[in-house]
Amino acid sequence: MGYFKRSLQELAGKRVDKPLKRDLHPDLHTIYEGKKGTLSAGDLAKARLEHHKGYFGKWRKRRWATLIAINLLFVVSYYFDIQILEGALTASRFVGFHMADLNSALQVMLAYKVVVLNLVIGTVTVFMMWVLLGGRTFCSWVCPYHLLAEWAEVIHLRLEAKGWVNNHTFHRGVRTVLYFIFALLALITGYTVFETLSPTGILSRALIYGPGLALIWVGLLLLLEIFYSRRLWCRYACPIGITYGVVGLLSPLRVTYNATACHHEGDCRKVCLVPHVLDLTIRGRAPEIVNDVSADCTRCGLCVDICPTDSLHFEFKGLKKLL
Amino acid sequence: MENSSRKKSTRVKQQDRRDFMRAALFVGGTVSLSLLGYLPLAQGESQRLRPPGAIKTPDNEQDFFAACIKCGQCVQVCPVEALLLADIDEGFGIGIPYIDARQQACDFSCDGLQCVLACPTGALTHEINYPAESTMAFARLANPDTCLAVLGKGLQGPARQPPFTGLLRYDAIDRWSPQRVADQSYDLEVCDLCVRLCPIEIRIAQCEAGKPPSGDANQCPPHHAIKLEPFTAANGEIRLTPKVLQGCVGCGVCEMVCPTQTASIVMDLDIDRLTVTRAGG
Repeated sequence: MGYFKRSLQELAGKRVDKPLKRDLHPDLHTIYEGKKGTLSAGDLAKARLEHHKGYFGKWRKRRWATLIAINLLFVVSYYFDIQILEGALTASRFVGFHMADLNSALQVMLAYKVVVLNLVIGTVTVFMMWVLLGGRTFCSWVCPYHLLAEWAEVIHLRLEAKGWVNNHTFHRGVRTVLYFIFALLALITGYTVFETLSPTGILSRALIYGPGLALIWVGLLLLLEIFYSRRLWCRYACPIGITYGVVGLLSPLRVTYNATACHHEGDCRKVCLVPHVLDLTIRGRAPEIVNDVSADCTRCGLCVDICPTDSLHFEFKGLKKLL
Repeated sequence: MENSSRKKSTRVKQQDRRDFMRAALFVGGTVSLSLLGYLPLAQGESQRLRPPGAIKTPDNEQDFFAACIKCGQCVQVCPVEALLLADIDEGFGIGIPYIDARQQACDFSCDGLQCVLACPTGALTHEINYPAESTMAFARLANPDTCLAVLGKGLQGPARQPPFTGLLRYDAIDRWSPQRVADQSYDLEVCDLCVRLCPIEIRIAQCEAGKPPSGDANQCPPHHAIKLEPFTAANGEIRLTPKVLQGCVGCGVCEMVCPTQTASIVMDLDIDRLTVTRAGG
C-alpha cells in the first residue's frame, strides 16, 4: 500500500515526508553505518569516472530510437499509404485496431458527454497497454515533445552551468491544479480546451500533416524551458502526465532502488525529469532496502544509466516469480 | 529547527509569497492562453465547410468540436484529399477537419463515406451511410451577374486553368482514379458544369440508366440537387439559371468547378437541405 500512497502523493505534487527512523527497515541502519567513512571524496570521484568511461546511455539510446520510430511510423503510414499506424497520437488505428490517447479521450468524453463504441475500444486497448508498460512510459518513450524538451534541457543546463540563466522552480501542485481546471473546462464549456495548447497533439499532427502556426507556441514553450524553468511543461503543466501516471499506479513495470551499494551522491536526481521520485535515494529516505520508485516516474532510464553503483533497475514485478 | 518551522522569518515569508504569486501567474497564464481559443469561434472565423456527417448543433458547432479528437484519420482516407486540419489560429478548432471547396471539394469519390467510417469518436456521425444523406451546406448562386449560364455564355476549354490542382472523379475516364479538373476541356454552348458535374445529379443519371454506383440501389439519391431553369433576361432573351434543389448536400463540387474568376455559386454554411425543406424553401 505504501507504493500507492507515495505514488498518489507524488503525482499530486505533495511532498513525501521523511520516514521516521523507527520505521526504517532494521537492516538499513547497519547498511548506512557500514558506509560511513569508507569512501573518501576521491574514491567517489573515481567510482564515478570509472562508470562514465563505460557509460553510453544504453536506455536513452533505446528510448530515443523507440520514440523516433513510433512517430516516424505515423508519418510513413500516411505518406506511403502503408496503413500500419493511421491517425495521430491523439487517436489512431494500429493495423486496423482502434487506439485512443487516454488524455485526449478523457477530454472528448468530458466535453461531448457521449462515448461511441470505437472510442471505448480504443481507450481500453491503450489503457491495458500502458498498464503493462508503465503508464508515464508514454511521456518519455512516445511523446514527441519530450524529445525536444530533452534537447532544450541540455541547452538550459549548459547555460545554467555558465551562470547565464537561473532555473525557476514551481510548487508541483500547480500541475494538479491545472489538471482539474482543464477537466472542468472541458466539462463546463463543452470544448476540448486543453487540446488547443497541447504540444503533444500539435507536434504529432505537424509531423504527419505538415507544419503550421501552432509550432510557434511549441517554440515559445521550449524557449521558456531553456531560459526560465527547466522542463517547465512536463514538470508543472502537462495533464497527460497525470493521466498516464494514474495508469502507472497499476503497472508492474517499475524502476526499483536498492539502498545497499548506493553512494547517495544524487547523480540520478540531477538527470531526472521528476527528481522528487528519487528522493528515496537520499540517505535515510528509503523505508526498505529495495524500494519501488513511484508512479510519477516516466521510466526513461536516465537514472539507471547514470548510477555508478547499479542501485537502480528496471523491473517487471512478478516476472521473476513467473519464470 | 523548531523556530523556523513554527515562526517563519520575514524573508522566508516573502519568498513563499513570491513563489505563490509565480505559481498563480503560471496557472492563470496557461488557462487564459487556452481560453483565447474561444475568440475565433466567437468571431465566427472558424466557421467552415465540414466533412460529410459532421455533427450539427443549431447556431454553433460545439458538439462537433467537442467530439472530434483531432487525429486526422478522416484526412488520411479521403481519395481526393479534400480534408484539411485547422491550425491554432482557429482556436478550439485546432486539428479539426474542414474543406476548402474552391480548392478541393468533396466529390464522394469513395462512395462509402470513408471519412465517416474512419472517425473514431462519432464526430462524423455514423448515422449516415450514403452521399445523398449528407447535410454539409447548401449551394447558393451568390454572383448571378458573373454566371456564364445566366449571361447566356458557353465554355470552351477547361473549367479551371492550370496550375489548379483540384481533382474530380470522371466515371467515363476512370472510376478509381480522380482526374485533374484543369486537364478536362469542354466545348459547351451554354455552361452547365454545376449541373453536369454535380455528384448527386451524376448518381441520379446512373440510377436511371440502371447502373447505380457500386451496384447498390441505396446509393440512389431521392431528390435532384440542381438544375438549369429558363428565365427571361432583361433584353427579352430566354436564358438559363442554376436552381439549387432540395437534394443538394453542399459538397462544394459546383463551387470548385465554376469557371468564373470568383465562383458564381458557393456553399452557404448557414443552411442545408434539411433546414431548407423544413422552412418550405
